[in-house]
Amino acid sequence: MDKTINQKAWFLVLPVFLVVAFSAVLPLMTVVNYSMQDTFGNNQFFWNGVGWFKELLDPSTDLGGRFLASLGRNLFFSAVILAIEVPLGIIVALSMPREGWSVAACLVILALPLLIPWNVVGTIWQIFGRPDIGLLGYVLNHLGFNYNYVSNEVDAWVTVIVMDVWHWTSLVALLCYAGLKSIPDAYYQAAQIDGASRWAVFKAIQLPKMNRVLLIAVLLRFMDSFMIYTEPFVVTGGGPGNSTTFVSIELVKIALGQFDLGKAAALSLVYNLIILIVCWVFYTVMTNAGTERKAVAQGEPAAEPKPAAAPRPAGVLKPKEGVA
Amino acid sequence: MARIDLVDLAQSYNGNDAPLESFALKPVTMTWRQGGAYALLGPSGCGKTTLLNLISGIVTPSRGQILFDGRDITPLSTQKRNIAQVFQFPVIYDTMTVGENLAFPLKNRGVARAEVDARVKQIADLLDLTPYLNRKATRLTADAKQKISLGRGLVRSDVAAVLFDEPLTVIDPELKWQLRSKLKALHRELDLTMIYVTHDQTEALTFADTVVVMHDGRVVQSGTPAELFDKPAHTFVGYFIGSPGMNIVPAEVSGHEARIDGHVIGLRRNYGVLPAGKKIEIGVRPEFVDVAPPASGLLSATIERIDDLGRIQFARVRVGNTKLAARVPPGFSVSGDTAGLVFNPAYVHVYADSHLVEGVA
Repeated sequence: MDKTINQKAWFLVLPVFLVVAFSAVLPLMTVVNYSMQDTFGNNQFFWNGVGWFKELLDPSTDLGGRFLASLGRNLFFSAVILAIEVPLGIIVALSMPREGWSVAACLVILALPLLIPWNVVGTIWQIFGRPDIGLLGYVLNHLGFNYNYVSNEVDAWVTVIVMDVWHWTSLVALLCYAGLKSIPDAYYQAAQIDGASRWAVFKAIQLPKMNRVLLIAVLLRFMDSFMIYTEPFVVTGGGPGNSTTFVSIELVKIALGQFDLGKAAALSLVYNLIILIVCWVFYTVMTNAGTERKAVAQGEPAAEPKPAAAPRPAGVLKPKEGVA
Repeated sequence: MARIDLVDLAQSYNGNDAPLESFALKPVTMTWRQGGAYALLGPSGCGKTTLLNLISGIVTPSRGQILFDGRDITPLSTQKRNIAQVFQFPVIYDTMTVGENLAFPLKNRGVARAEVDARVKQIADLLDLTPYLNRKATRLTADAKQKISLGRGLVRSDVAAVLFDEPLTVIDPELKWQLRSKLKALHRELDLTMIYVTHDQTEALTFADTVVVMHDGRVVQSGTPAELFDKPAHTFVGYFIGSPGMNIVPAEVSGHEARIDGHVIGLRRNYGVLPAGKKIEIGVRPEFVDVAPPASGLLSATIERIDDLGRIQFARVRVGNTKLAARVPPGFSVSGDTAGLVFNPAYVHVYADSHLVEGVA
């Protein structure tokens, strides 16, 4: 351990430390501060300890009821859009051309929804679905379906889900397509020789080769859908009633609508924590999948444990750990 | 198991109307007999993989027919052709065990369970894969993976032929020998027609009983290793097979004599008068040319260097502008860099426009 000791190195870390402190640590601490207190305006604060957190996790209270209900909606929403977008994205990727000019055309068309800003997507569907002037709403009502996302809960849910599928299936499809493109032709030829059916080719070759990109797709789509705010807010405003009020919408209502800073701060901390935990789980799963692959690439004798990660350059990196 | 006939088979990747010279495979008619061990030998880009893919059905021919036992199978898909093929890089189904990988071609064809198990066991025994049967196929070395690919090619007992497309490219040289002799043993054991594509002459000559040499989209000669060595039908064969390759020297030939730079070399056969306008060359393998101290009756050459290959030495010499290789007899020594060349007339062949001319005895 011949480490050069040079305390001046701390000055090199200082700018980063300051930036992170002002952009992340201080705001976060403000939120923690709020979450422990109650206020009636006029900058008067009263200590409340963990009261808000207790209330938040107790379904019998108003705050807890609203939080847990919106959390349930959010999880249901994420589950539904994953169940639709992942298989649909795979199907789209499988049916895309593999070469020729049509590849470029498909990629551009698929990428279009991804380039549209969230609130524009919301506005598009808000107008598209209106029974009086929207193409979709008008046609459906004309055909005899009593479709109205403003008054009917099911219609509102269907609209929000279809909108998300429209907006984000492309992402899954593009990721899957990249995964498919990386499969060498020899695999398909070998499968032909082996007499594999279309389904067997999918199961034995395409799906296993796509599982890594699929993991990324699921992660991205889960995170995004769990944090969704703009699109449903623009289309339904969380209604009718509270039927499409997701956690983020509830949070904004409490923080900016009711100006209950304490409750909102507690809610946002818990919300943040859930996302962090899910992130961590996905990250662990993904890195484990990665190391497994590495061990495979090194072949049989490489089963022995890999040397630990390269030693950290010096103590200079340490202050960041606390922040992260 | 079948006899395979190729009838006027040709392939162009630029459409059928492209000029014949641009075809990846120029029209070829030939027969592969049942149970034979064939090697398709040629440099990269000579059309050997194309020919293989035509037989397996991965590529549909621009022209001509492929017959299995006299039955035209040209329009049939790969699945229906009953062909096995092993590719250059190992193809493994990651999610399956080694045993499931081997069983895959049989299961896809609805073979009964008991038969699948028996056959997989037999092939795993032959390839020394038995200890791995229940392991995931991903956690294996490259050569073990390629063995699985080979096994999948060999597992079906009813195939018309097993095609190998440079299957040992990814294998370490040491294991290459083992796997090659294994393949040879498998050929004897399983009585399958095997076609082995390679650009490595050692591989071709040791594996096959018939070597088919391809050059620029054409089959230039097909014969036993000895035939290819002793009597190349085309200057390319002479040059490509053997190390160093055959000496090809421009010459004038008439009757029993060939003239190089005015020097006369005797020939075993009578070539009469060769047609004018063709490029006439003689070809002789370095093994049948000896260097000797310069003498008046010998073609004189300039020695550039001597390569010692261990059990034999070859002199690299120059006659005019033509470079040749010649054997250095034991005990040969010469002062200066000039030597004479002694040709063995029995092995001097005459080529007109690169094709062998048969003389009259």
